[in-house]
Amino acid sequence: MAITGFITDLLASIGRTVLGLCSTAGHLAIFTAQAVSHCLRPPFFLGEIARQFLKIGYFSLPVVGMTAVFTGAVLALQIYVGSARFNAESAVASIVAIGIVRELGPVLGGLMVAGRVSAAIAAEIGTMRVTEQIDALTTLSTNPFKYLVTPRLIAATVAMPILVAVADAIGIMGGFLVGVGRLGFNEGAYLNNTVDFLEFDDVFSGLVKAAVFGFIIALMGCYQGYNSGRGAQGVGRATTNAVVGASVLILAANYVLTELFFSA
Amino acid sequence: MSETPKIELKGVAKAFGSNAVLRGVDLSVAKGESMVIIGGSGTGKSVTLKCILGLIRPDAGEIHVDGARVDRSSGRSRDAMLDKFGMLFQGGALFDSLTVWQNVAFRLLHGKRKLPNDEARAIAIEKLKRVGLKEKTADLFPAELSGGMQKRVGLARAIAAAPEIIFFDEPTTGLDPIMADVINDLIRELVTEIGATAMTITHDMSSVRKIADNVAMIHEGVVQWCGPIGEMENSGNAYVDQFIHGRADGPIEAVR
Ligand SMILES: Nc1ncnc2c1ncn2[C@@H]1O[C@H](COP(=O)(O)OP(=O)(O)O)[C@@H](O)[C@H]1O
Ligand SMILES: [Mg+2]
Repeated sequence: MAITGFITDLLASIGRTVLGLCSTAGHLAIFTAQAVSHCLRPPFFLGEIARQFLKIGYFSLPVVGMTAVFTGAVLALQIYVGSARFNAESAVASIVAIGIVRELGPVLGGLMVAGRVSAAIAAEIGTMRVTEQIDALTTLSTNPFKYLVTPRLIAATVAMPILVAVADAIGIMGGFLVGVGRLGFNEGAYLNNTVDFLEFDDVFSGLVKAAVFGFIIALMGCYQGYNSGRGAQGVGRATTNAVVGASVLILAANYVLTELFFSA
Repeated sequence: MSETPKIELKGVAKAFGSNAVLRGVDLSVAKGESMVIIGGSGTGKSVTLKCILGLIRPDAGEIHVDGARVDRSSGRSRDAMLDKFGMLFQGGALFDSLTVWQNVAFRLLHGKRKLPNDEARAIAIEKLKRVGLKEKTADLFPAELSGGMQKRVGLARAIAAAPEIIFFDEPTTGLDPIMADVINDLIRELVTEIGATAMTITHDMSSVRKIADNVAMIHEGVVQWCGPIGEMENSGNAYVDQFIHGRADGPIEAVR
């Protein structure tokens, strides 16, 4: 009796979780479709887009830059250790560059920005939901999707590739500083190695990833904020869910995109 | 009375989970009339207004504005419907990323007929003066104002685009008695001079006496009594009597 009861409870809770996930995925898909369709139709709130661009892009520069410089530095040390075992130390410069540009720049940058921006967006829109500001927008004949969601999506999708391009440069510089200052590479040789072996596709694929991650970051922030529960607790939960959701989706999307570029 | 009512609710019901808030609200508001809704807190007065605006979708019933059904409308027809409305939310609901004047002029800046900044600002300042706020508040942010001031900015925003229908959700709550009277006069003026149709939620009986043409009392999800203000004192309705005299004992249970 007790055992069957326990098993039924367990199955029920697993079932509930699975159903919950499916319903969230469905809601998110509808939300995404709506948001994208508004991105393509006027009116556009250009002032809002510019404001969000500044907030999301410009003010994330320090975080992303710091992440990049230390990542580049660590990468140079670790790759030196590995390549020394094959007497291939000269490869350090180009592997650092490729690692940063293809993978670590966009992914680590994306995760850092997810922590900063997804949370901020979810908290702001969630608070607007809870304090009836979204209802007020609607009664003032302004579509909240157009006014709140669209500008953030556009701004983040455009800002992330620019941020990551800057991060790439800073990360490579981090590797250069360690390579020259600590590992005794010749400055000119290090830079030559970096430039000679870096291909257009390396940079391009990284920037495409960055754009997708930017979209995910804004989308999760907006989705969670827009559907925030009532009260301060609701906003708190929305914020957490936005960061966790954005981070997991970024890692998943990263795999899918890498697979696509790999087979292309 | 043969004229189509400006707003008409027929059997509107809404439940949040197991909490059946509205259980069949019937209400009719004529053009140019000032209807006041009274009732205990949590009885669904705000929900009723939000149902009319389509912010909450009712589970059952019909809502008509100017004879057209609005509770299932969407897209263009809904936008056209909302253009007729101004709403003061119970909590103000000011946009905290915008300054006071940008809040007041929001519809003028972003709506159908986009006004240039300086014109919209001038209108905003005029409306702020009407609710007793000085010009210097125009460039502050909502967070820098007191609760009562925020409420008045919300009021200015509701009337800024000269709407045909205005909803006031507790316009005088949190105001001092003098300011409350200024707001009561303003609401009365909007109805008599501009011919706006108003629906006001309030707990303040002096406000009710001042602004109402008709009064509706909501309790337990239905309109218990609806009639002209002159008949309120002698309504013969036990709910209304208890409410307007603020007695603890009567048919409305005061949960302790
Ligand atoms: N969005 C919502 N979700 C769940 N419950 C709600 C929501 N809005 C209002 N309620 C509930 O409906 C009831 C009536 O609320 P309301 O209309 O705001 O009361 P009042 O008459 O004081 O304005 C309350 O019990 C409230 O908890
Ligand atoms: Mg209320």
